Amino acid sequence: MNFRSGLAVVGRLVAIGALAFAAHAQAQKEPIKIGAFVSATGPAAFLGDPEQKTLELYVEKINAGGGVLGRRLKLISYDSAGDAEKARTFVKRLIEEDKVDAIVGGSTTGETMAVIPLVEQAQIPFISLAGAVVVVEPVKKWVFKTPATDRMACEKIFQDMNARKISKIGLITGSGAFDKSMRAQCMQVAPKYGIDIVGDETYGAQDTDMTAQLTKLRQNAQVQAVLNCGFGAGPAIVTKNFRQIGMSVPLYQSHGVASKEFIKLAGDAANGVRLPAAALLVADTLPANDPQKHVVLDYLHAYEARYHQDVSTFGGHAYDGLMLIVQAMKQAGTTDDAKVRDALEQIHGFMGIDGEFNFSPTDHMGLTLAAFRMLEIQNGNWTLVK
Amino acid sequence: MLARLGAARGGGLLALALAVALLPLALVNQYLYDVAILVGLNAIVCVGLNLLIGYAGQISLGHAGFFALGGYGSAILCVRYGWPPLSALPASIASVTLLAFLVGRPILRLKGHYLAMATLGLGVIITVVLATEDRFTGGPDGMSVPPLALFGHALRGERVWYWMVGALLLACVWFALNLVESPRGRALRALHGSEVAAEMIGIDSARHKLVVFVLSAGLAAAAGALTAHYSGFITPSQGSFLRSIELVTMVVFGGMASTFGAVVGAAVLTTLPQLLTPLKDYEMVVFGAVMMFTMIFMPRGIVPTLAGLFRPKARP
Amino acid sequence: MSAQLLQFLFAGLTAGAIYALVALGFSIIYNSSQVINFAQGEFVMIGGMATVSLLHLGLPLPLAALAAVAVTTLVALALDKLAVERAHGASIVTLIIITIGASILLRGLASLVWDKNIHALPAFSGDKPIALGGATLLPQSLWVLGVSLAVLAALWWFFNRTLYGKAMLATSHNRLAAQLAGISVRRVLLVSFGLSGALGALAGILIAPITFTAWDVGVMLGLKGFAAAILGGLGSGPGAVLGGLLLGLTEALAAGYVSSAYKDVIAFVIILAVLVLMPGGLLGRRAAERV
Repeated sequence: MNFRSGLAVVGRLVAIGALAFAAHAQAQKEPIKIGAFVSATGPAAFLGDPEQKTLELYVEKINAGGGVLGRRLKLISYDSAGDAEKARTFVKRLIEEDKVDAIVGGSTTGETMAVIPLVEQAQIPFISLAGAVVVVEPVKKWVFKTPATDRMACEKIFQDMNARKISKIGLITGSGAFDKSMRAQCMQVAPKYGIDIVGDETYGAQDTDMTAQLTKLRQNAQVQAVLNCGFGAGPAIVTKNFRQIGMSVPLYQSHGVASKEFIKLAGDAANGVRLPAAALLVADTLPANDPQKHVVLDYLHAYEARYHQDVSTFGGHAYDGLMLIVQAMKQAGTTDDAKVRDALEQIHGFMGIDGEFNFSPTDHMGLTLAAFRMLEIQNGNWTLVK
Repeated sequence: MLARLGAARGGGLLALALAVALLPLALVNQYLYDVAILVGLNAIVCVGLNLLIGYAGQISLGHAGFFALGGYGSAILCVRYGWPPLSALPASIASVTLLAFLVGRPILRLKGHYLAMATLGLGVIITVVLATEDRFTGGPDGMSVPPLALFGHALRGERVWYWMVGALLLACVWFALNLVESPRGRALRALHGSEVAAEMIGIDSARHKLVVFVLSAGLAAAAGALTAHYSGFITPSQGSFLRSIELVTMVVFGGMASTFGAVVGAAVLTTLPQLLTPLKDYEMVVFGAVMMFTMIFMPRGIVPTLAGLFRPKARP
Repeated sequence: MSAQLLQFLFAGLTAGAIYALVALGFSIIYNSSQVINFAQGEFVMIGGMATVSLLHLGLPLPLAALAAVAVTTLVALALDKLAVERAHGASIVTLIIITIGASILLRGLASLVWDKNIHALPAFSGDKPIALGGATLLPQSLWVLGVSLAVLAALWWFFNRTLYGKAMLATSHNRLAAQLAGISVRRVLLVSFGLSGALGALAGILIAPITFTAWDVGVMLGLKGFAAAILGGLGSGPGAVLGGLLLGLTEALAAGYVSSAYKDVIAFVIILAVLVLMPGGLLGRRAAERV
């Protein structure tokens, strides 16, 4: 073979090699697809809207910072409007048509439970944004969640009641799924804290007047405090009615009302109300050495600067969900479903908005009671209860 | 023979069968099969509802209630009482049909908007009961439903369900077409035209209305039970007022008094939300606008309007 | 116990007055066109939400409320001109679907123009509850009842004492005859929509301080208003009021004495029972059917 033909062969080999390398690099530049489904409209829009906004904001920020594993993130999100059937179809779409690498979503427990069989079968990591404890109990291999559970909220409240020597309480619960689930959990754990439930009223999710039910609780001389397991407009009306009929015992709300909106709606009546909530709400007043201070302040500033709206803890769930997936991918060094899932289970000490996450094969929720802070509303603002 | 193909029963049914048989060529993944199955299930409800609204001229704003009851009945029998799905399903459908019979007698004496309100109230009652009796129904979060099992094998997988639902839909359409052309169907249409006149020629309007009401409720319950076993999950919102409105819209959109219209309506309004997802926040606005637009410019619905375009103009 | 009963009655009357206003909106449009306007609930929503945002812009409450009513009236007029009039001649069911489409469109627009959060309006004259016979009443409830009564009186005067009001009534009795007498049925329909829009907006503004408002409050209120209108007899003004008050009271009493979870069920069961016994509603016309 003479020199010229040899050069030609080498030239061709180099060309092929360059093409192959370019193709490989091209494949590497394929964006990482994060699938999401939240209830941006419908009865749970209160939850889904900030979740959607948070996901969009942070996917943008991550991409601006260079992406993950050298690749851009692409967010493919659908609005399931609080409907389990829609959620199921959209998750199927995310898995089959959009071929996402991981899924974050499921603002409500109903939607989450409906899609669990799908993600388990497809073997794709799924981080749920729903509150009920059934999502991770029993533990499902591919399902994780970020919000603290409703059971933990009950326990935090009961702890505070113990500190105030309250032992007999009245419940007032809405008819929604969140409300009922929390009530069931509270009734289950109450004996553990020596709490006796001596009154138990309910109201409808769309109700506009709860004076009837509260009057019954007021007439019950045994009631030392009232706990409202509720979400949405109902608790604000309960709180207003509570003051309207002149009840003076302590009133506890659930973490479902952990947003500035509740204070705006309930007005002066909200002063003195206590509830468990994520540190996000008191970000400004957290002590400087609080481990969460940095993360929550960053989120608060970023969200409010972009959307000119108050932050909500629900948006925080979405932040944690996205960041946990990103962290797991970085740790695993790949987007392979099984490896990412394993990496998720090994996450320790991850400081999120909801608290410090420590996952394990038996704990796909990752938070402890410390994730909840006990807050009291004073002068129209959140304050930490020491 | 060509004339026969042109007739609704022969030609239309054949066209539908061809559509069902050939559609899988376009369904390249499980998600598309899923949408097709949901279209089929909605279409089954709509065919029945169309008999009630389009032919018998009675409004129902609560049919999603029957749908949900069918699903819950089967789910509860399986999960709480351990019945095998293959017997729970027909038992549930039969119970809902019986309920429709008992409730239908007094309700169908009402006319027009009053009947609409009564059926609406019925739907609300059903939904609230389903959401409240959580010991049976799992409450507002709903409950999971085991899959249908045939001789020990669980019926899973979109492909299997697609063929099943497709075959059932064809059977329903065939049945509806036959009903419409039968003496009973003609009696119904007479009823729709004028109840007083129909009674004068000896048609027992109360009985006919009841039969169609019960039939459409049974179809809705069947679709509901099948949907529950297919998705593996059911929630009270499946029976909601908004869902009932969706179903009526599908029937009217596709064309009242047109069985194929009901199928087309179900197909369009089930797939439209999937197509509109890129619009994100604007989806509701566009959906509402499409509804209004179509009904303003095609007031008789899609199929009758399109069929009118193809019909040869009458010669003087 | 009577203090408790009084509390339930106050709650029931307040809610009932709102249902009555919404039901009137349904009846007025029905009278002009046989159409059930399923977007009626959205008029209530727009009234409340528009007032909220106008308040944020700095307008004083009375001005904001007036402007909101005007905006809603314009929306209602637009709905008639652009949609219902265009579909002239279509069947009743088609028209119903059009109004349903309109309600979806309006809700979608609301979620874009405003947001998906819940908003409150300040009470017109403060929040301090008034003690009455052992029960407490919010001053806002008095506003609701008072303004509703005033509106009812005004409507009665309009329909029975003014020429145009009588013309509208004539149209509802017999369209053809009214047309022959020179009444523009189209204009009557337009006015009906405008009137219903204003009524709905007023209801929304009155109730928002108590029950809050959001982009999606129209669905439930529309449903309850429709139920009240039917209960009282579709097309009958007094029927709408009676139906609204009865529905509100039934709900409150059922919640207080029987079961708050099932209060809606009880209310609807009662409505169904009434309809079965009196197929035209309580005060409805026993219309003779033309052959």
